[in-house]
Amino acid sequence: MAENTFSILDPFSSVDLGLADAADGVKQWAIANRALIQPVKKFFNEMIVGIDSALNAVPPLVMLVILILIAWQAAGRRVAILVGISMVVLGFLSPNAWGLAMTTLAIVVSAVIMSFIIGLPLGVLAGKNDRFETAIRPVLDTMQTIPAFVYLVPVVMLIGIGNVSGVIVTVIFALPPLIRLTSLGIRGVNASVVEAARAFGASPRQILFKVELPLATPTILAGVNQTIMLSLSMVVIASMISVKGLGNEVLRAMGRLDAGKALVGGLGIVILAIVLDRITQGMGQSGRERGHRHWWQGGPVGAVLRLTGRA
Amino acid sequence: MTTQPDEAVIDCRNLWKIFGRRADEAMKAVQERGLGKLEVRDRFDCVVGVQDATFTVGRGEIFCIMGLSGSGKSTLIRHVNRLIEPTSGQLFIEGQDVNQLSAKDLREVRAEKIGMVFQNMALMPHRTVLENVSFSQEVRGHDPKERRDNAMRAIDAVDLNGWDQKYPDELSGGMQQRVGLARAIAADPSILLMDEPFSALDPLIRRQLQDKFMSLSAEMKKTTLFITHDLDEAIRIGDRIAIMKDGALVQVGTPEDIVTNPADEYVADFVAGISKLELISAAKIMTPVEQYEQMNGPANKDGWPEAHPGQSLDDLVNLSVQTQHPVLVKADGRTVGVVTKNALLRGIQGDVADAAGLKH
Ligand SMILES: Nc1ncnc2c1ncn2[C@@H]1O[C@H](COP(=O)(O)OP(=O)(O)OP(=O)(O)O)[C@@H](O)[C@H]1O
Ligand SMILES: [Mg+2]
Repeated sequence: MAENTFSILDPFSSVDLGLADAADGVKQWAIANRALIQPVKKFFNEMIVGIDSALNAVPPLVMLVILILIAWQAAGRRVAILVGISMVVLGFLSPNAWGLAMTTLAIVVSAVIMSFIIGLPLGVLAGKNDRFETAIRPVLDTMQTIPAFVYLVPVVMLIGIGNVSGVIVTVIFALPPLIRLTSLGIRGVNASVVEAARAFGASPRQILFKVELPLATPTILAGVNQTIMLSLSMVVIASMISVKGLGNEVLRAMGRLDAGKALVGGLGIVILAIVLDRITQGMGQSGRERGHRHWWQGGPVGAVLRLTGRA
Repeated sequence: MTTQPDEAVIDCRNLWKIFGRRADEAMKAVQERGLGKLEVRDRFDCVVGVQDATFTVGRGEIFCIMGLSGSGKSTLIRHVNRLIEPTSGQLFIEGQDVNQLSAKDLREVRAEKIGMVFQNMALMPHRTVLENVSFSQEVRGHDPKERRDNAMRAIDAVDLNGWDQKYPDELSGGMQQRVGLARAIAADPSILLMDEPFSALDPLIRRQLQDKFMSLSAEMKKTTLFITHDLDEAIRIGDRIAIMKDGALVQVGTPEDIVTNPADEYVADFVAGISKLELISAAKIMTPVEQYEQMNGPANKDGWPEAHPGQSLDDLVNLSVQTQHPVLVKADGRTVGVVTKNALLRGIQGDVADAAGLKH
């Protein structure tokens, strides 16, 4: 950049801090550290593939029943019916729609598990520590607003294309609401209840697990719900780095201007979103709002217990 | 560590609490230059919660702390189990300085030795009554059966049998407060801290709970620090009363002391509306018999009603209405004083000095 003489009126074009080059250096670093990255990648890839093949190994009709039962237990009879109908519609969208949906579900489940493992501790920390909360907030803002394409490239450079990168970019986008809502939930716990726990001799750990987390659970579950929704909204972008499933259908349909395929993929994603949303929303509600005391007293479990005379 | 005589279960010495970021600076200024509460607020942006509180509570005693809203009662009581740490001063429980305890020992003291009832109840909404009541034993890791038995006994003691599986929001306010009481006594602690336990309740329920509490405490003999902003309650319940104003204890004494001998205007205002009938004893208002005879000459005391020095004004009124004569006060069969009708009337007004003829 020697030919660019410094001009006070246009300082920006004449100064090069080398940020772009530095970012490019990531690639060199990744190549140099392949031996470090590959085993980790392999481990996570096997986990994701494992979940995928497990979900696909279950016969669709059995899976349908399982989903309905889960919905019934978590969210009540109405949601169970809605879930049943939705999943049947999804299955009939096209002959291979069910399998694609299960693959997408596997990616979403993996991303949500990862988000939960990372997000819950960070959220608790943010809820308890003002400084950490202040520090992490701009990071979360960035994660949510930065266009996915910006981090797609470095992630692929580091890890290569495939499921693991797909889950990583999904987690980057889907993690923030979980951290935010966990923090909010912890902060929202009635301070006098925490004080009472302290007065009766609870340790900080016991206060966290016996008081704060249980009382923050509805808010945390709202965060999980948001994370699931955002994960689903990432599946098309994730398919650009060779993640299979419904997102890939949409991507391919775009390339070929195949409206039918696009519709199958798109509708499939929407239906999956509705189903997962309703189930997790139901979990966020306390059982008492639905007229029973403990979760095992309602739904199919409650019915079985009543039939066997144990409730 | 200094060991205290066994009587003082709670021993609070020169305790100060100043809230705010510059509390230590403010404390220093107060000690060196004797700054007042307002100056501390203006110069250091700090709030004085407790100033120089010193008192002891003996074993089995019910010690009431009474004062207007914002006078620092809750702040003071929270020092006893170190929910708040003092800016200066010490607090001993059975001879142990609570502020020197390790975190682990402190948790043990809180769970095993002290039971606390909160102004706003502070029950755990996600736990049943039983789980709330057994909380302190649960965090200590006691045997589930044992803690259940203890909790059920406590629930029974506050007349809540059958409610143990309910959640707090399914109970009325009075019942919730009884759960709070049960939670405090479940682990059989030797000290009870009660922060306005009955203030939020209507007068009838409050009366019932006071009676419940008094019968329980007579039975259990627990050392109790009881906060209230209701002097009637303090008098009914307390063995001794401390009056608090702006963070300072302005007077400590028996209910009778406080009512008959208020230390300043503030206390006098408090006791102005209080009925003295049950509080003042014959000994306080009687004219010593020598003085009586000096003023009225020797009298034939046949047919005069007799009382002993500890009897209340209420009893004296009952004796007095049966006859025209004054009441004789006898101790150990010997006449020690005379209560005239005028003295009785003054006594009912609370004017002890005038009643006993000391103002003449
Ligand atoms: N955490 C705190 N930070 C700052 N100031 C506080 C804090 N807690 C209490 N204070 C102040 O200390 C003073 C005493 O408050 P405290 O709660 O002890 O009063 P109280 O006598 O219990 O009143 P009430 O009858 O209304 O419960 C008040 O002026 C209050 O503003
Ligand atoms: Mg208070």
